[in-house]
Amino acid sequence: MHNLVGDYLPVIIFVAIAAAIAVALMASALIIAVRKPDPEKNSTYECGFNAFDDSRMRFDIRFYLVAILFIIFDLEVAFLFPWAVAFKEVGMFGFVSMMIFLGVLTIGFIYEWRKGALEWD
Amino acid sequence: MVELLITLALIALHSVAILVALLIIIAYLIYADRKIWAAVQLRRGPNVVGAFGLLQSFADMVKFATKEVVIPDGANKGIFIIAPLVSSILALSTWAVIPVSAGWAVANLNVGILFIFAIASLEVYGVIMGGWASNSKYAFLGALRSAAQMVSYEVSIGFVIITVLLCAGSLNLSEIVMSQSTGFGTMMGMPGSFLDWYWLPLFPMFIIFFISALAETNRPPFDLPEAESELVAGFMVEYSSTPYLLFMLGEYVAITLMCAMTTILFLGGWLPPVDVAPLNWIPGVIWFLIKFCAVFFMFAMVKAFVPRYRYDQLMRLGWKVFLPISLFWVALTAGVLLYFGWAP
Repeated sequence: MHNLVGDYLPVIIFVAIAAAIAVALMASALIIAVRKPDPEKNSTYECGFNAFDDSRMRFDIRFYLVAILFIIFDLEVAFLFPWAVAFKEVGMFGFVSMMIFLGVLTIGFIYEWRKGALEWD
Repeated sequence: MVELLITLALIALHSVAILVALLIIIAYLIYADRKIWAAVQLRRGPNVVGAFGLLQSFADMVKFATKEVVIPDGANKGIFIIAPLVSSILALSTWAVIPVSAGWAVANLNVGILFIFAIASLEVYGVIMGGWASNSKYAFLGALRSAAQMVSYEVSIGFVIITVLLCAGSLNLSEIVMSQSTGFGTMMGMPGSFLDWYWLPLFPMFIIFFISALAETNRPPFDLPEAESELVAGFMVEYSSTPYLLFMLGEYVAITLMCAMTTILFLGGWLPPVDVAPLNWIPGVIWFLIKFCAVFFMFAMVKAFVPRYRYDQLMRLGWKVFLPISLFWVALTAGVLLYFGWAP
């Protein structure tokens, strides 16, 4: 337990100092710079027009699809991490089981491809 | 108690040293980026502030700090302010585990590469928060594109990292570097040389990692989230002053991280290219910086040479080319290591 704290304490300190630098940079403009807001300046940028409608609009379903595909493959990568490190220990059995797992995912990937989930036109 | 305080103070000092060095290096990388870009286009680039424009980045920073912070009326103000902080803090925190020389990392985690992978995945939140909170159409579209692009290329980066891990057998970044002191070069009779590094046996992965790194950091030719000609400035369009500076900082820190990762995973980190007398006297950090700058030079040249991709081409490259190749290469590497009994 002590070792765990010893390992991760530097990370926490590092992140805290990084955060301090970022906040200081952000605060510098808020303190130094003159602020003169007016309605034109604070309106949404839309090439000089008034905004036509709200920007909380519908968007293409494919972005959502990409996110789902990403979760599947990123989880796959997460499973591969411990396997790759313990590759020698798991030996032939580990290799074959992981290849079956990758094979199943590849079948799913081919299905997505054929279904056109990866098409952007 | 006193001992603990001294330890904490030393860690803090080390962190500050790394961060300050990193920020100064970034100031000069931005300068180098602009100079290289200008040279390719037969321009002079920044040359007014300081000798040869060497102080340009610092002048820019002062200028950013004295500009008005504009927060649009329609924006979600809290998220609007937090987004650039998220982007830059997450980018900076990855540097906690990067070993620039033997034992120089602030935190020598035994899961260092997993830490980087996790934090780098979170960086997309800064972009999405910024784009959504701006309540502007350009920002929203830029954020969506950026999110889809970053997650797409993260998958192939993940598989590339797995192939390196198979060869190195450790998640610790220092051990990954040290495992590159023996390899192909040793078999060919040149032990401790640049032929030992992973770029040679994993050459296709090296290329895929480099291109994915460009896409992951929204660098040209994959800078579609910012595409000036169509989305003005993408998710950053409503930002001004230091909030904008923080986004830029986050972006450049992510670029330095990718250069450092390329150096560590494929170019042997702090190891000298040939292990002979005059070269191995030079401290490891110098070798690390040389390799780091060489990789950044390639980043800058790609920006200058290559025209921007179309979005469908970008997604096709990520999902239909890089993903199958890197997946296949994971299986191939594992098979070869098992067959020859080379697994570490």
